[in-house]
Amino acid sequence: MADYSYTLTELMAVTAAREIKDGEVVFAGTGLPMLGAMLAQRSHAPDCCIIFEAGTIASQLAHLPMSVGDPRVMRGAAMAAGLSEVFSYVLQTGRVDVGFLSGAQIDRFGNINSTSIGADPRQPKVRFSGSGGACDIACLAQRTVIIALHEKRRFPEKIDYVTSPGWLEGGDSRQKAGLRWGGPDVIVSTKAVMRFRAATRAVYLASYHPGLSAEAVADDTGFALDIEGAAETPIPTQEELRILREVVDPERIFLK
Amino acid sequence: MANKIIGLEEAAALVPDGATISFGGFTTQRHPMAFIYELIRLKRRDLYLFGHSPGGDLDILIGAGCVKRVELAYEADEAFNTIGPRWRLAVQRGEIEWEDYSNFAMVTRFNAGAMGLPFMPIRSLFGSDVLSRQALSDEQRAADSRTSPKKLHVMESPFDPADKVVLLPAIHTEFAVIHVQKATANGTVRFEGQSFADVQQALCADTVIVTAEEIVEEAELRREPERNLLPYFTVKHVCHVPFGSHPYAVFNYYDYDPRQLKTYHDGAEDEAAFQQYLDKFVYGVKNHAEYLEVIGGAERLEGLKADPAFGYSPDLKRRRLE
Repeated sequence: MADYSYTLTELMAVTAAREIKDGEVVFAGTGLPMLGAMLAQRSHAPDCCIIFEAGTIASQLAHLPMSVGDPRVMRGAAMAAGLSEVFSYVLQTGRVDVGFLSGAQIDRFGNINSTSIGADPRQPKVRFSGSGGACDIACLAQRTVIIALHEKRRFPEKIDYVTSPGWLEGGDSRQKAGLRWGGPDVIVSTKAVMRFRAATRAVYLASYHPGLSAEAVADDTGFALDIEGAAETPIPTQEELRILREVVDPERIFLK
Repeated sequence: MANKIIGLEEAAALVPDGATISFGGFTTQRHPMAFIYELIRLKRRDLYLFGHSPGGDLDILIGAGCVKRVELAYEADEAFNTIGPRWRLAVQRGEIEWEDYSNFAMVTRFNAGAMGLPFMPIRSLFGSDVLSRQALSDEQRAADSRTSPKKLHVMESPFDPADKVVLLPAIHTEFAVIHVQKATANGTVRFEGQSFADVQQALCADTVIVTAEEIVEEAELRREPERNLLPYFTVKHVCHVPFGSHPYAVFNYYDYDPRQLKTYHDGAEDEAAFQQYLDKFVYGVKNHAEYLEVIGGAERLEGLKADPAFGYSPDLKRRRLE
């Protein structure tokens, strides 16, 4: 047990940040991905290139943006252009190493729904924002990191709408559908870290967050979760927490 | 050189009921909000909107009953509210018609229109329901020339049958309205910061209306022509509208207004509260100048002004809205 405390949001931000390697091109979104990307840039990955789909390349954020279209993403940017440039020349060509995604429902193959709940999307029970750039990032980034609220209903057997394709039905189905590269690499949830088996492309529990058990996480998952070999999620270091609290989000916009 | 400057009210009145239209900006920045409030005051109906990631611009138009159909990828104010509340209600109640695309798909559609092409290919969407499902039926599409008869089309490359692409139909609108930092009377336009998809949206429209924070001399913008992204002759009308994007941000000019956004989002899912918002901030004022007074006048606006060293207000009090 550590003799210092941290919140769940901090644990998730640190876990997400550690997925970014130095020098990588990172396609980030609002909220936790921004916390993670900013932390990575201020710690182990100073040369990661943070891209926002609204048109900026290599932001060096000084203040947390509230949106990818926020004027704050202009800070220290190497280039400012528009969506077309970022999507056509950077994402479509495979130049993005890692993209961040999230959604309301996620299945065992990392397919994500951020469009609507209900069997018929034309008459949804609950409507969400829709894809934005998520479908494109899911299709065209070299790999993706999925951020998720871990609840049984959010990890169902079958999602109501595939907004962002993951490994589709597993195996080589993604490639067969016309997606030549990419796919989900990891899910960082409020309870666990989950990765995908190389052969089946099905999700497995890599680690459960401190205070939980593999069985408890499986109980809170709507599909049968492979928990073989799961360990405890490594906790944030004091230095990571200091950067998060003092440098990344001193205004406490996303950190609670 | 032409003088294309007209009043904001006059410009908004050009848009008839049933028009096809797109607005510039992205979620929380550079939406032509003052123009949109004029459209609501004019009680325009049955508009056909096209967007990639709009925010409160589409949301309030939908809530005010101005919209018949929208084609978009995303509708929310991101961290200020992860769902456009009036968009959500209108879809769930079946009050509007819509079609879902992705941002890349919508921007490509604007691009095709801007280049005068019937369609353009992308490598995205495969395996998704954005590709395999459609919200607008074939009958709805066939019955209305303002919507493409087909959502999209998958084809093999004629040069390599193993290589598949998705073809997306061009967008062609009657109007595009964009809000920028600087424009000249002649229609030369300066975007500062991200250009979003404003260039493509403007160039696929018959009539481009620019609202600008500042009107400057032609010579000033011609000193750096590489920073002017639209041919001046494609711009039909120019309006001088300071704080024309409030409550959204304009890089180098002012920040978003978290208090105003909170007021909007706190009430927008409640019919009475939403009507109150419209009554106070849209119907209850005669014009944009009165709107700026009602939201707090000079004192409020002073607090939003961008610090020139940042292009935004680094000390702005911001809170995530729960």
